[in-house]
This record gives sequence, C-alpha cells and structure tokens, in this order.
Amino acid sequence: MQNFGFQKPRDLAAAVAAAKKAPEGKYLGGGQSLLPVMKLGLAAPSELIALSGLAELKGVRVEGKELVIGAGTTHAEVAASAEVKKAIPALADLAGHIGDPQVRNRGTLGGSLAHDDPSADYPAAVLALGATVVTDRRRIAADAFFQGMFQTALAPDEVITAVRFPLPEKAAYAKFPHPASKFALVGVFVARGAGGVRVAVTGAGPSVHRSAPLEKALAARFAPEALAGVAVPAGGLQNDPFGSAEYRAHLVAVMARRAVAACG
Amino acid sequence: MPAISLKLNGRSVTAEVEARTLLVELLRERLGLTGTHVGCDTSQCGACTVHVDGRSVKSCTMLAVEADGREVTTIEGLAAADGTLSPVQAAFREHHGLQCGFCTPGMVMSATELVRRNPGAGEREIREWLEGNLCRCTGYHNIVKAVQAAAQTGRG
Amino acid sequence: MAQDGIGAAMKRKEDLRFLTGKGTYVDDINRPGQAWAAFVRSPHAHARIVAVRTEAARKAPGVVAVLTGADLAADKVGILPAGWLIHSKDGSPMVEPGHPALVADKVRHVGDQVAVVVAETRDQAREAAGLVEVEYQELAAAVTVTQAVAPGAPLVHDQAKANTCYDWHLGDKAATDAAFAKAAKVVTLDLVNNRLIPNAMEPRAAIGEFDRATGDLTLWTTSQNPHLIRLLLAAFTLGVPEHKLRVVAPDVGGGFGSKIFHYAEDFTVLWAARKIGRPVKWTNTRSEAFQSDAHGRDHVTHVELALDKDGKFLGLRERTLANMGAYLSQFAPSVPTYLHSTLLAGCYTTPAIYAEVRAVFTNTVPVDAYRGAGRPEASYLLERIVDVAAREMGIDRVEIRRRNFIQPSQFPYQTPVALQYDSGDYGATLDEALKRSDWAGFEKRRAEARGRGKLRGIGISTYVEACGIAPSAVVGALGGRVGLWESAHVRVHPTGTVTLFTGTHSHGQSHETTFAQLIAEKLGIPFDNVEVVHGDTAKSAFAMGTYGSRSLAVGGSAIVQAVDKIVAKGRKIAAHLLEAGEGDVEFRDGKFTVKGTDRSKSFGEVALTAYIPHNYPAGLEPGLEEGAVYDPKNFTFPAGCHVCEVEVDPDTGTVQVVGFTAVDDVGIVINPMIVEGQVHGGVTQGIGQALLEEALYDDTSGQLLSGSFLGYNMPRAADVPSFRVGTKVTACTHNPLGVKGVGEVGAIGSPPAVINAVCDAIGVRHLDMPATPERVWRALRTARKA
Repeated sequence: MQNFGFQKPRDLAAAVAAAKKAPEGKYLGGGQSLLPVMKLGLAAPSELIALSGLAELKGVRVEGKELVIGAGTTHAEVAASAEVKKAIPALADLAGHIGDPQVRNRGTLGGSLAHDDPSADYPAAVLALGATVVTDRRRIAADAFFQGMFQTALAPDEVITAVRFPLPEKAAYAKFPHPASKFALVGVFVARGAGGVRVAVTGAGPSVHRSAPLEKALAARFAPEALAGVAVPAGGLQNDPFGSAEYRAHLVAVMARRAVAACG
Repeated sequence: MPAISLKLNGRSVTAEVEARTLLVELLRERLGLTGTHVGCDTSQCGACTVHVDGRSVKSCTMLAVEADGREVTTIEGLAAADGTLSPVQAAFREHHGLQCGFCTPGMVMSATELVRRNPGAGEREIREWLEGNLCRCTGYHNIVKAVQAAAQTGRG
Repeated sequence: MAQDGIGAAMKRKEDLRFLTGKGTYVDDINRPGQAWAAFVRSPHAHARIVAVRTEAARKAPGVVAVLTGADLAADKVGILPAGWLIHSKDGSPMVEPGHPALVADKVRHVGDQVAVVVAETRDQAREAAGLVEVEYQELAAAVTVTQAVAPGAPLVHDQAKANTCYDWHLGDKAATDAAFAKAAKVVTLDLVNNRLIPNAMEPRAAIGEFDRATGDLTLWTTSQNPHLIRLLLAAFTLGVPEHKLRVVAPDVGGGFGSKIFHYAEDFTVLWAARKIGRPVKWTNTRSEAFQSDAHGRDHVTHVELALDKDGKFLGLRERTLANMGAYLSQFAPSVPTYLHSTLLAGCYTTPAIYAEVRAVFTNTVPVDAYRGAGRPEASYLLERIVDVAAREMGIDRVEIRRRNFIQPSQFPYQTPVALQYDSGDYGATLDEALKRSDWAGFEKRRAEARGRGKLRGIGISTYVEACGIAPSAVVGALGGRVGLWESAHVRVHPTGTVTLFTGTHSHGQSHETTFAQLIAEKLGIPFDNVEVVHGDTAKSAFAMGTYGSRSLAVGGSAIVQAVDKIVAKGRKIAAHLLEAGEGDVEFRDGKFTVKGTDRSKSFGEVALTAYIPHNYPAGLEPGLEEGAVYDPKNFTFPAGCHVCEVEVDPDTGTVQVVGFTAVDDVGIVINPMIVEGQVHGGVTQGIGQALLEEALYDDTSGQLLSGSFLGYNMPRAADVPSFRVGTKVTACTHNPLGVKGVGEVGAIGSPPAVINAVCDAIGVRHLDMPATPERVWRALRTARKA
C-alpha cells in the first residue's frame, strides 16, 4: 500500500476543510471497503481523513416518523440497537448480516453508502425505504443518491452525517450471498410505506436499482403470491462465472418473494 | 510519522508509525507480537483477528493510527499472567479445536467475543459467527464443539 | 495399554504454543540484516518475453538487487526438476521441460516468475517490483486440457507435441475388451474432476541466509519435507554441497500436499542471499499464492463399466486427460498414473481394468499432489459410475456395492491394476455407516423435508485408497526418483527421558503427540518424558518427510524399529545388572524383569547405566541412542464408507449438507481424537470440492477468475454440519504397528458421497463438481422440462 497523509479531525467543519485542501484525499469511515481496495492497489489516495473522531456522526434516534442513524454507526451497533429493532427490524436484520462480525464491528453506514459497492446491502435498504441521506451541506433523496456502479451524488469533499429512514408499515430484506465474498449475489429489500411499495435490488446489476415489475405487482397486492409469474428481465444484470444474468434475474424474483413473505 | 499510544495487552505502548502501517504490521513487525497471523490480503480469512476495545476486528484492515488511544488485545494477552489459559483457549485444547495452529489465534479471538457477548450461543449461531474466520484443517467440527463448551462456562 | 499410550485420546503437546501465540512460523522469523524479496510475475498466460528493463527498479529507494531469468541462465542454476519419470504406452519417456525459477524466454502461466527484486523492506521490494518493465509479445493460450489437445493448439513447450507430456496406460486391454464384449450392460459417464487450490492457511514463505565466512547456507521454508528440499537444492537447483546446506521447516501452517514441492521461491531467496551476502526473506501474499502454489486435481474423464445381468462388475475402462499445468511440478507425473489408476478396482472384484491417461501441458499454474492426490479422482469416477449403474439397472445402491465387494477371506487380494491389498473388511465399515447414518430411516426424512419445500437426498461411497507409497525399489521401477523409506532416531537421555528425531514433518498432523504416545507405550515411560524433534535437517537424519498419509505407517514403523533396538540393548545392560541371561530378561511396562522373579531394573536405571558404565557388559558400547530406517513392504490400504445427506432448495439450487457420516478403517488407531480431527478436515475439503471450490480460468485469456478468497469458495463453518465419525479396524498386516494412515481418507471418500446425494435429491443422472447453486438450479430446470 502506498503511503498517504493522515488526519483525524475533531469536528465536521475541520474534516470538510481538510478534504477541500486534499483533492486526491478520501474520507475514512470504518475502512472495511476502502482499505481492502487500497491494499490491492486499486485506490491510492494522497490523504486519509478519518471520520472516527466526529461526534456529529454518532447516534441512533427516532424523530417523529423517521429513524435517524448517524453515519458513523457501525453495522454491529445498528444490528444490536433496540431503537432500530423496534422501528425498522428489517434494517437491524440486514445490518446483522453484512460481511462477518469483524467487518460489522468496524464498517459504518456512511462508509458503505459513500463507497456504494454494487453488491453492498445498505444501499438496498436506503433505496427501498426511500431514505434521505444527510450530508454536511444538504439532504439527498435516495432516488437521487445512487448514480451507478460506485457512483453517488456526493461531492468529493462531502461527508454523509446521517441517514433518515421513514418508518415503513412493512419491510424486509432477503439476500442470496455470494458463497465466497459473502456480498449479495442478489439482495432484495421490499418496503411498503407512505410512499407506496418500493423494491430495491442490490448485487444483481451494475448498481443498486428499483425493480419496476416487482413494485407494480406488489402495489396491486402486497403478498408473495402476487409475484408468481412476474418476470424479472435479465437484460443489464451482471453476468459472470459466479452467477449468470439469467440466474440472477431468477434469484431477484425468489428473494423478492421471500422478502414479502417475511413482511408477514 | 504519527506517534500513537495504545494499551496493548494491558500495557501502555507508544510507537511512531507510517500512516499506511496496518495494525497487524505494527503488532507483528514492530512490536514482535507474531501470534497474530496474516492469511490473506482481501480481509477474508480472519487469522489476524484481535480485539479493539473488546470487539474483534481484522487487524489487516485497520490502520495502526486508528488504534491510537484504544485498548488492543491479541492472542498473547488472553491467558492470565500466571499462564492459565482463558476458557476459550482451554476449550480449544480440550476439544482439539486446532491442528496446524495458523488460524487459531484469530479463531480464538473471534470466539472469545462471541462467548462474552452471547454465552448461550448454540451450534448454528457459532457457525454463523465464525463466518469471518477460515480454517483449512479442522473442518470446524471441533472448533464449534470447543466454542460451545466455552460458551457454557459463561466466560470468554 | 498405558493410559497415555496407544489408543489414548491424549491432549496435544503442540497446543499450548499455538493457543498462546507462541508458535514459530517462517514469517515470524527475522534474521539480522535481512533484505526482502518480491517477485515480478507474468500477467499473461502465454507470452514471449521481448525485454526485461530493470533500470527504474534498480534506482528505486532501498533496492539492493534485481535478478532476472538471464542472470539465472548465466549462473546455470535454478531449473526445478521433476521427481517421477513416466513412460508412455510406446515406451518413450515423458516430455520433461525444465522449470526455470525465473523464466527468460517466455512465460507460460499467469503468475510465472520473471524477476525478483531484493530491497531493504518488504514495501520497497514490492514497490520496486512494480517498476520492472517487462515487454511481452502475447501468444494464444491453451488453457483447458480440451483446448490443449485440439489440433493446431498453441504449444506450451515446443518439444511437447500436441502439448502431451505422456500418454500412459495401465491394465490388460485385451481382457478388458473381452469383458465388455460379454457384458449384459455397459454404463458410461463423462465427468470432470474440478481443479482445486489447496490454500493452506499459512501462505508460503522462505528466508535464505549465507555465511560468507563458513560457506554455510540456511533456508527456512514452509515445507512438508525439508530434507527433500535440501536434496533438490544441493543436487539440482543450486548445486551446493549438502553438508553446507541446512533447511529448516519450523511450525508450518498446513500443507495438504502443496508444501511438498521445491518451489522457485525457495531456490531464489537462497541464490539471492548468496549473491548479496545478506539474508533474504520472502512471504507470499494470498493473491500470489493462488497463482504460484501448485493446484490440484483437474481431470477430464470418460469412464465405462461393464456388468453382467446381476450387476456384477466385469470390466472397467478409464480414459483421462490430466492437466499438468505449464510445467511439471515434482510429483505431478505420478498423480494421475500410479497414484490414480492403480486404485480403479476400488473395493470391488472387477476382474479386468484398463486405464489410459494422457498428461497435458496447459497455460495454467502447475498441478500436483493435493490431499488424496490421484485417489480422490479414482474414488470419484468409480463411486459415481457405480451409482449410475445401480440407477440404470434398477439395483439398490447399497446392494450393488455389496455384490461386488472383495470379501475379508480374499485378502491378500491382487487387483488387476498392480496393487495387492493386504487387509480390509468393506462390509463392516458399510454396515456401521448405514447404522450410524440411519440409512434405513431416510425416506421418512425425505418426506418431512418435502413438506418444508426442500429436496432431500442421500448418497453413499465405499472407497479404498493407498498410503505410504512403497517399497522404494518398486517405486523406483515405476519411475519414482526418490527412496520412500523413513528415518527415526531415538535418543535416550541418562535419566531415561527421550528425544525422538523424525524425518517426517508435522504441519497439523500432531506428530509431537502421536509419536510421543507411541514411544511412551513401547518404552513404558510417561508421555511427558518424550520430546519429538522434526523439521530441521541439522537435527534429524535424512528422510523423506510427510505426504501421502505416510508419517505413521512409514515414520512410525521406523520409530518402532529404533525403539526395538533400544530395548534390545537395554536388555543386555539389564541382564548384566541383574546377573541373568539375556534371554531370561523380559521388558514390560518400563521394567526389565528376570522372568518368573520380582528382580527388575527400571528403564531409567538402565539408561543411567548406559551413560555411567561402571558396572557394564564387556564389549558393549556405552550410550543409549538408536537409529532406524523403515522401507515398507507394501502400500497400506485404508478404506471406508461415507454417507452424505443433503437438502436442496429448489428455488435457488442451494445445497446444504445436513448430515455426514464417515466410518473409516485406518488400521490401528494411536490417538482417536486426532484421527477424528483428520477425518473432519478431510471430509470438509471433500465437501468443498463437491459443492464450493473451483479454480476457474477464463478459457481465452488464461486469467484466474477465482484468484482470491473473494472468488474461491473456501468452506466456512456454516457450510458443513457436525460429523458422525467412526472407525472399524483391520490391522495392516505388514507394518509393525498395524496402522494404515488417516490424513487423506476424508478427502477421498467424501466427494462422491456428496454428489451421489445431490443427484439423489434432484433426480438427475450426473452433475459435475462443484454442484454450485446455479448448476443445481439449471439441472433442476432441465429435469423439469424433460
């Protein structure tokens, strides 16, 4: 790994100021996405600006009809949080199945979203729940946040501070893990709430995306049986030795059915 | 080079490290604690697992500078000062939960967190918890037995 | 039986250091003044090297030296040899291209070594390696065996026509043809034995050191057989005198065959250390390990079984293309031949067998022995085609096996494929496995699973394998270039404690415990009074090391011989002390006793007398230390029965192993806890092969697609169940302990049991390994359409 500068600012303003001065720099959350990429030489930032010292990024609370999770909250903390389990149990369940325990002890919500791996779990929840990504300077709706493989709406020096999840009536996540990496080969998050039915798919395609045919079928009737015969098009899905596009399309339908069934 | 201070196996340690130095490199190469192993370069195998503030982390995927001000425990710090093995260590020996010994430090550290956090863990929970630790020798059978036995003692 | 001797489940001597972080693996060792090596590896599967430009790397910070294939050629060193010569059907010797530790002319697989950079630190070495500019002229690659033998295929080595290393056969072709001619039924099957990557958890590492003042060279390496590495370095690759070379393999983190071989990096660090006069250390990264550790298996096979109307096997034919990879790794030629086709009788009385094996070079990582080495490939094709035959003839799967078993009364049994089995009771292991797995109650479990929407299946395999390759002279006649005996030296200290020096190497096998139990039992001394030393050519006498489940059967037998010599000498000393005739003194439970009296001398008293020989037999040398070598009379033949139960999720194709029973006959058991542990590990590797693992190459570019743990599916804890493991014992008849070997049985017996279970669950005739979810889903979909 190439060497780099390291800073650990004490507050958000200092972090953003540091990032502005380091155009080739990157923020460091829990490092569970960024460090592996750097170790393989696929990223070589000039500067890492650690966010682990920022109190602004901590905390889980319910505000009105929203669950607000600080971006610095680890997956393990989300999985164990009584607030999350009560407000959106599907989210606690999802967080409890990201990677492995060691990854969950370090990896953060904000880090996962900023990295936006096409097989990551959190983006599916954020997109399906119609959450709002809060940054140091603005609020970004989930539909506008994810912009393609490893592409988000974030400016290079923008920090995610929290995510605001509207409380759904029903929500569940079903994942078919890649047997080696344990990322989602296919993950489907299904939610029904004020915004209607939203279905987000991760792993299957080049980026997290909503599935129009599944949403349409479930809007008509929110039950597993409603998905019988709904064809998920394989076009545009990932096609590699670990899962053909055809198989992934099939799994999207299966995982969607299971997620709906899990909604009860 | 940044200077960091941490509590390592109960002792205060200060070191100057390059920013890129991984926690495992600090432990193995600078501090001579070679019990923590490196079995891969993609954060999968878990041989490098140590505890940071009581939680298991992959020390190959954490910068040493991020350990500044934290408490780090490695396999060398698990047994009592008089050499008495921790319950998990003792259970691994009792149930033949190790063969070549290479994955063992990480496996023991990971299992220790589980046993402390979830003393009632059953076989399925143990197998799922060990997702981040690869072993090529034991087929996991005796590791699971060992962790189950340690969990029943209620102490990591 | 002593409480801590043969048969006792003693806790391991090894554990305390491993559990407290005090093991010493090669990467834990650092030498004063050491520099670090990093290799420049080929990114191409097949390419001509036009130029290697090292100027930028040489100028990089900390760089001490940059060495290339040209330097190696100039020094006339570094050609890694093959350890086994196979002759083709026509009597011609195999094509044997040397394997240069650094290549100069063309690269032949992704990961092939082109240059080495030595620098002050590991990071500097790796960074400078990235600055070595290699200009390649890419060539078309032959990636799969099928591609490699196709007309007009690119040649990996110009001298290997049609990429063929050898075209070998075994058995009586005419008799087999005749058996097929009279068959009531012929069953055929095409199958692939998938390429695997051993992935011992400890990556390979090496440190070379040269003392200019004495000329002494030392190599620390992750090896299963340090003496073999020393021999090859001395006689072939480095050409140094053996007495000036020490090879140390300290704690080694698993091998499974992959650490038998003399690798390019072992040679290179030592060569570089001699050139620069400083210790040179290298530790593989896992990503590089995928491209530089020998792979395993990789057979494409056509098999035919001829049966009479009652399901009796009349004849078997095998035609296999075996992938050697880009070069011949040391024991690669023997794996698909003498370690494979010789096992085609299995547990059965098949009278006529004919095998044809063509070994093929491809632009892939060299393939060599991996846990089981040739025998898993044999048990897999055999136990698969037996299942298919049962299915097609409407005979019960268990019954067809019983009808064809070699009976206990038939031992010693001469198979038609060279081997003579000494002992076994295949019905006994089968019965026990059926009982323990509740085979009879399976249909109830299948129905219950169906109610949950799961397809449940059960599969069985009954296998036999061969361990402890031997005797040396026979192996030599078959092309082996090494002896296959083992050494032991037992040093009794004046106070009666013992140090054993063994030539075998323990890298998970628990020799420090098992061998101590053996000596404790034989000498009647406490287990804690025995220390086992291994892994250092400066300590142990020359011997062959650990592979092929040989350590106890061959190495243990050598220990027994050495201990017998100790007892014989001790008897002379005791007889003198007791003023009795030597023939009147018996040795039991650690005491030399005059028969029929209570007059005795303890082992400790005798040992002390040997070193303080004041009252001592005339003419007898003082001291109590004996060495022995044991060259076995035959292979040993472990056998057993594995039963696997799976549940398939028909929606996703996911296969979960929900039950696994292994009943093995590994001969006499010294430590049942350790034996069971070996079976657990082997079975898990077999389940890995059957369901999860596959070295996957892009068949155009030759890039390794499953080149890290992100792509190569290693079995994890949740992928396997708890196992039901048992043993049935028939003793080996030709070694002094009656032991057979347990290291590999798990990996040999399990893959066919798993695939037989999957086929049973989803109702298909055959499915290639690994039975991944997508493969199973597709098979189900095809079956539904049909």
